[in-house]
Amino acid sequence: MLDSSLDLHPQVALRPEPFGALAYHYDTRKLVFLKHPDVVRVVRSLADHATVADTLTACDIDERRWPSFDKALTSLYESEMLHDR
Amino acid sequence: MTVDTAPLVEQLKGGLDAPICLTWELTYACNLECVHCLSSSGRRDPRELTTAEAKGVLDELHDLQVFYINIGGGEPMIRRDFFELVEYSIGKGIGVKFSTNGAFIDADKARRLAAMDYLDIQISLDGTDAATNDAVRGDGSYDTAIRAMEHLRDAGFGEFKISVVVTRHNVDQLDEFKALADEFGAQLRITRLRPSGRGADSWHDLHPTQAQQRQIYEWLLAKGDDVLTGDSFFHLNALGEEPLPGLNMCGAGRVVCLIDPIGDVYACPFVIHDEFKAGSVRDAGGFSDVWKRSDLFNELREPQSAGACASCGSYDACQGGCMAAKFFVGIPLDGPDPECVSGHGEAAMLAASSGSVAPPKPMMDHSKPARVPVALTRR
Ligand code: SF4
Ligand code: SF4
Repeated sequence: MLDSSLDLHPQVALRPEPFGALAYHYDTRKLVFLKHPDVVRVVRSLADHATVADTLTACDIDERRWPSFDKALTSLYESEMLHDR
Repeated sequence: MTVDTAPLVEQLKGGLDAPICLTWELTYACNLECVHCLSSSGRRDPRELTTAEAKGVLDELHDLQVFYINIGGGEPMIRRDFFELVEYSIGKGIGVKFSTNGAFIDADKARRLAAMDYLDIQISLDGTDAATNDAVRGDGSYDTAIRAMEHLRDAGFGEFKISVVVTRHNVDQLDEFKALADEFGAQLRITRLRPSGRGADSWHDLHPTQAQQRQIYEWLLAKGDDVLTGDSFFHLNALGEEPLPGLNMCGAGRVVCLIDPIGDVYACPFVIHDEFKAGSVRDAGGFSDVWKRSDLFNELREPQSAGACASCGSYDACQGGCMAAKFFVGIPLDGPDPECVSGHGEAAMLAASSGSVAPPKPMMDHSKPARVPVALTRR
């Protein structure tokens, strides 16, 4: 996932919440929780960088946390909240 | 620090900036008079929100980024501005899921509904045959619902939902409901009967027995994967190790709320009672102020005590059950659910009824006046 070029699906809306954000997919009607503000920051800036890894670097995410971000983004990708650019 | 922080349920208990599951009953008017109606609907309330007021609320929900609303009633399609409001909502990016008995879905309306994006429909049906359904929902209501479903299918609506309130009398039909849904390319949704509205009077005769509770739990574990349940059956989680799919907590005032036809905001659609009224969309601060600042909602977002359930090993799974169900049978809110699978509900109800206070009655009753049987003259 770290080498992919991703973006938020155009049918997905993000709503900020105390714990992070809610993501709602208008086509699949799926509701997903982004359970950390850093995940929200990363998701929002995916489109501005060539790859996921570049995004994580740009967002100042400590490399030790990359595996957990990889996991979170993979699950968002699998639920179609993110898609390939 | 990991990306996953506290378990989701714990985060939701503290409340959200806006509801996820907002129900808006558009009108108390209804062509039917189901014996278990949670809102005691029948007659229109003259204080009903106007079209302009309703649009004002939708503007607010848009600003709050509410993703979708559940529209109900009464029968929402009775409102003349029904399509106007639905289109306005969808135009604002607020998806609509609405519940209907189907009486107003003819071929034309079905085509109109099928042409809209972000619209989901739930047809209410409480039996897979007319006798079972009509006993609860009224004469002819089974045929009406089936006709509406046929219109939706013919119009190419796609996957609509069939919504069932599980009772003592239809619990054996779960497989048949599933088959009916499959036949229509629809999705099945089953919900719990709660003693709310007119349900307060019919609950004792209609609610599933202890043996049937287990039957529902086992059916959901075996076949419930693509069946929707919302927060209906989490009290049954006390029956086993495996939690049921769905929202396993009471979301009242935290992620759930109700706007009633006259704009009053309640903690949940099943508690139309002053004790759970947080305010009105007609108040100066509108809906957002009620959601964010009402004393009631803030109280509900505080950690709740396990009360009488504290000593029960199943509390984590069952959470003491549904607040509305307890309230309307007179059980204290920190007592066990009336349908507690360990049988503590019966005793709690008995204790409640032996006290001097009767269980609270729903405060809004829009039932049609009772049809007084015409006395036959004796000669
Ligand atoms: S009171 Fe009952 S119906 Fe209402 S949100 Fe809580 S569990 Fe659900
Ligand atoms: S005693 Fe309370 S927590 Fe235990 S099963 Fe009954 S309702 Fe649930």
